[in-house]
Amino acid sequence: MITLEHVSKAYSAGVPALNDVNLEIEEGEFVFIVGDSGSGKSTLIKLLLKELDPTEGTIIINGKYLNKIHRRQIPKFRRNIGVVFQDFRLLKDRNVYENIAFAQKVIGEPSSRIRKRVPMMLSMVGLAPKYRSYPRQLSGGEQQRVAIARALVNEPKILLADEPTGNLDNNNAWEIMKLLEEINSKGTTVVVVTHNLEIVKVMKKRVITVKKGAIVGDSKKGDYSDED
Amino acid sequence: MKINTLVYSLVQGIKNIGRNKMFSIASAATMSACIFMFGLFYILVTNFTGMVKEAEESVAVTVFFDSGLTDEQIKTIGNQITKRAEVANCVYVSADEAWEYVKENYFEGKEELAAAFEGDNPVANSAHYEIYLDDVEMQASLVQYIEGLAGVREVKKSEAVANTLSDFNRLISYVSAGIILILLCVAVFLISNTVTVGISVRREEIAIMKLIGATDFLVRAPFVVEGMIIGLVGAVIPLVLLYILYGRIVGYINDRFDFIGSMLNFIPENRIFHGLTPIAVLLGVGIGLIGSIWTIRKHLKV
Repeated sequence: MITLEHVSKAYSAGVPALNDVNLEIEEGEFVFIVGDSGSGKSTLIKLLLKELDPTEGTIIINGKYLNKIHRRQIPKFRRNIGVVFQDFRLLKDRNVYENIAFAQKVIGEPSSRIRKRVPMMLSMVGLAPKYRSYPRQLSGGEQQRVAIARALVNEPKILLADEPTGNLDNNNAWEIMKLLEEINSKGTTVVVVTHNLEIVKVMKKRVITVKKGAIVGDSKKGDYSDED
Repeated sequence: MKINTLVYSLVQGIKNIGRNKMFSIASAATMSACIFMFGLFYILVTNFTGMVKEAEESVAVTVFFDSGLTDEQIKTIGNQITKRAEVANCVYVSADEAWEYVKENYFEGKEELAAAFEGDNPVANSAHYEIYLDDVEMQASLVQYIEGLAGVREVKKSEAVANTLSDFNRLISYVSAGIILILLCVAVFLISNTVTVGISVRREEIAIMKLIGATDFLVRAPFVVEGMIIGLVGAVIPLVLLYILYGRIVGYINDRFDFIGSMLNFIPENRIFHGLTPIAVLLGVGIGLIGSIWTIRKHLKV
């Protein structure tokens, strides 16, 4: 599903953000990517979204070679990847329903499908009663749920979550993780970048450790410990 | 393109104007101010050009003939002159008509003096053509041509007037081209600045759209619709203002200042706005369109 072969990324002539990374993530997997600040985690996510191009190496997602995707084809490629950010990135001037519907409108989905899908997603993330609320009227956890609903409304095969619990308290963080696990159980491949090691240990999923731009650890389900 | 996408872009463009009221008002006001200045200048230049044209049309070249020329020969000369492209009008004045003119203008109240010449036209050799030009700048070439015609005794021209009008015409063209260029640059600069502010406020929205999988067209379209609507509004407001003001000011000058009114022939507002309206609307919508496309371009690289 996601393959990285000898991928390097350098922003300038200095130290590379990623250095000769090789990685294979299977369809339906739940993977944590952990590492300190500046280790290259966010660069990895940006490469997977084709926000950035690698300096060297090959990235293959859903069978597509990213270096062969033309700029015009990027939107279509991204529709197969849902993305969630630490700061939610919701549209503040639109309510919950409109934020989720926005993701369908921008890809030209017909209104009938939007009317069917959005309530379904709202129920899934447990926010059906709050569909008219604006982001400022929601808690951090609720805003992240809206962001997840928006990321999944177009039924992507992969969900990338960049520090999804970074702005949340412990309870909300766990709620979000449970939601991501539930999404994964329905077949979506989930990749979560986090520095919350407590969650990582308890969840017992595959954990990839990045340090100074290189993968220094790849633990199978439940094998991860702090010392890795 | 899907109908849904088109409808979405139109609706979003209109909604964006409402969502960013202050930005929309600022942009439309900037556009209005620029187009108002442009319109004002257009009106001044059009009136000036009209007045100069009128003055040009009153400048005539007079052609006298050798004595003893038959009517047929004079007619041939007239035909040769009329065929020239620079000639707007060619009027034949016979010796009798010339004498009538002299009597009316120089012997008014002294008719007994004029009567002394009865039967002996003192300007018998003054039959001539009065030639009015399309463009006073062409006077020299026309005069040169006529002087070369057989049977032409003398060509009288008002070189000083022609030169002054030509220079004035050239000055108006240069000044108007310069001012229009400056106004356009100012308009594009101010509008692209306001559009930049408007877009930078929504940079996050654009980034989210791009990450969700929106095409460049879909990201750009609502901004373009918004820019075009603001441009249209920014053109219509000064047009209405100028229409009202022009009618009132011309009416006021004609009513209150008879002297100026009789000297200056203002171009009717219908004729002015027949030309100004499409230019102003195109300018407003065009600047809105180009400004939004240009400004959003750099935000699409996500």
